[in-house]
Amino acid sequence: MSEAASETVPEAPRPRSHGVVAGKMLLLACAMFGFGYLMVPLYDIICDITGLNGKTGRVSVSEVAEAAPVADREIIVEFTASINQSGSWIFRPDAKTMTVKPGTLYHASYYAENLSNSPVVAQATPSVTPFSAAKYFNKTECFCFTRQAFEAKGSMHMPLTFVIDPDIPANIDRVTLSYTFFRSPEQS
Amino acid sequence: MSTSDVTHHTPGEQHDHHDDHAHHGPAPGLMRWVTTTNHKDIGTLYLWFSLLMFFIGGAMALVIRAELFQPGIQIVDPMFFNSMTTLHAIVMIFGVVMPAFVGLANWMIPMMIGAPDMALPRLNNWSFWIMPFAFVIMLSTLFMDSGGPAGGWTLYPPLVLQMGDSFAFVIFAIHFMGISSVMGSINIVATIFNMRAPGMTFMKMPMFVWTWLITAYLLIATIPVFAGAVTMLLTDRYFGTSFFSAAGGGDPVMFQHIFWFFGHPEVYILILPAFGIVSSIIPTFARKPLFGYDSMVYATASIAFLSFIVWAHHMFTTGMPLAGELFFMFSTMMISVPTGVKVFNWVATMWRGSMTFETPMLFAIGFVIMFTIGGLSGLMLAITPADIQYHDTYFVVAHFHYVLVPGAIYSLMAATYYWLPKWTGNMYDEKLGKMHFWISTIFVNVLFFPMHFVGLAGMPRRIPDYSLQFADWNMIATIGAFGFGFSQLMFVYIIVKCVKGGEKATDEVWEGARGLEWTVASPAPYHTFETAPEINPGTVTR
Repeated sequence: MSEAASETVPEAPRPRSHGVVAGKMLLLACAMFGFGYLMVPLYDIICDITGLNGKTGRVSVSEVAEAAPVADREIIVEFTASINQSGSWIFRPDAKTMTVKPGTLYHASYYAENLSNSPVVAQATPSVTPFSAAKYFNKTECFCFTRQAFEAKGSMHMPLTFVIDPDIPANIDRVTLSYTFFRSPEQS
Repeated sequence: MSTSDVTHHTPGEQHDHHDDHAHHGPAPGLMRWVTTTNHKDIGTLYLWFSLLMFFIGGAMALVIRAELFQPGIQIVDPMFFNSMTTLHAIVMIFGVVMPAFVGLANWMIPMMIGAPDMALPRLNNWSFWIMPFAFVIMLSTLFMDSGGPAGGWTLYPPLVLQMGDSFAFVIFAIHFMGISSVMGSINIVATIFNMRAPGMTFMKMPMFVWTWLITAYLLIATIPVFAGAVTMLLTDRYFGTSFFSAAGGGDPVMFQHIFWFFGHPEVYILILPAFGIVSSIIPTFARKPLFGYDSMVYATASIAFLSFIVWAHHMFTTGMPLAGELFFMFSTMMISVPTGVKVFNWVATMWRGSMTFETPMLFAIGFVIMFTIGGLSGLMLAITPADIQYHDTYFVVAHFHYVLVPGAIYSLMAATYYWLPKWTGNMYDEKLGKMHFWISTIFVNVLFFPMHFVGLAGMPRRIPDYSLQFADWNMIATIGAFGFGFSQLMFVYIIVKCVKGGEKATDEVWEGARGLEWTVASPAPYHTFETAPEINPGTVTR
């Protein structure tokens, strides 16, 4: 910068494109707002890969048939049930534990009863602990896949078919499957 | 630097007269403050606003400490206690530290880079005037039937979704605060990019300008993510979405990931400008240039980058896979490297300097020592297995209050004492200033140091009642809190006294002061650098 230039030109010679800089920054802000929402599907993908939040896997029956059962390994599966909102419900597993062999298909069921005088739609969400077992715990059929409609004072046994992947880490000998029962959000 | 390095021109002499209005002083009357687009006026508004909020947030802290003076529920009911902890945090973060830094940026950045004003003055006016409304909306919830927000400032679902009707007010207030911050940041970036005087290269900028440039980027990149997260909460509550509600297939833990993706850079937003302030003050009173300026710039940038990849260290107890815990543990510990570079540089700047200990320097040195204490407890919290014990205890409270109170707040006080003579043209009362420092420093340690002990012993945070074995340390902390709180009235007295009058300050104010802001008159004229100052390669600008 020569001295003469700054003496005679009072404005800085740089083009003052405030709008361009501000526009770029605004664009960045909007993009980051979108990124916040993008984190929702990203989180689901990461959870699917890692089993981070205890979400269980889902397989078809034909896939199960191809897997070879492991005869010499036994895993204890525990079933628990809880109800999210306080409400007039009974929700419990029909059997509290099962001893299973990896690679073999098993059936279990939960019992739910609506004690209130009005019909209710509800849904259960599963979670498996330890989380490292979650992605090896696969279900071919589950009442948690769909919403369940209950009559007033209605009750039902809800089926669940699962198979434990033979690749499950060797240190796991006990898996807890927990269901939380929710009234569907539209109704609450 | 010598004043002769910068050529002053009489305003209007060599100007086109298209911006004629700019040569008048401020408009008379109260409307001056409403309609102003002057960076100094807006800076002043921000600073007074944050001082007011400092006392509102402080009063909330005193309610908390009064209740914790003894075990048992004595003074307030637990719900109100919870809304005090929640609002204390939001007010102190969004109402005190952030606006105060923006106020300093408004006042000082144009003067430091030789610009006549901020790049977008009207936007600047809006950025400020949104804030008082946002805080009125938020604080009004305290007078509603449902009570104020009581789910903690982190707004974790599902608890926060069970809040009363104040929920919507708080979310909208947060949106307004966010818009204000983003607009302010855009303005600061545009100012620094476009308005530097000819010859003011990036590596000639004072550290305060550098740290604010990086902070502005952090704000623009993270506040919108936070805005998205609270919008998801809002739609979950009122519009039937299920982002965080497990009933509809969402996941509450996901909120924590999104929140802390904003929340961790946010803590650097609260401290990087403080680094810049301290990097300006220490060289002045050590009468030496800042040691390792380049490494300071790179360290600031590294901290900003690392702040984006450490967020889950707030969530070690949510059941992450081992690989995740290790990654976030090591990335968190890595931040201590650039931070250590900074602390080293400050100490090296003081090393063999001809130091004097005026009030700004006392606060700056207090900052370096006590911020480092907070940094060390942060390192302890970074250790995953240890964090599982420390999580949500008073140890965490001690940690972040050490980095925020004798950290960020001390830097703000240091900045106020340092630049007050430039703003008002009068010297503050040095004797009272030193008293203010020593009384504050004693009480702030009485207040926060015992929290380390009760935290390690297992006292959980955010509770109005606690087990008997924590009683003694809590009583001491409460005494410290009231001592610290009331000694801040001295701060107000000193400021008001300085605004009203006092010994006239010279233009340079401090013997060792460098930088363009000290080349203009004291008090700084309403318009400065209407003609860009001349900056040669040899000119000292920082």
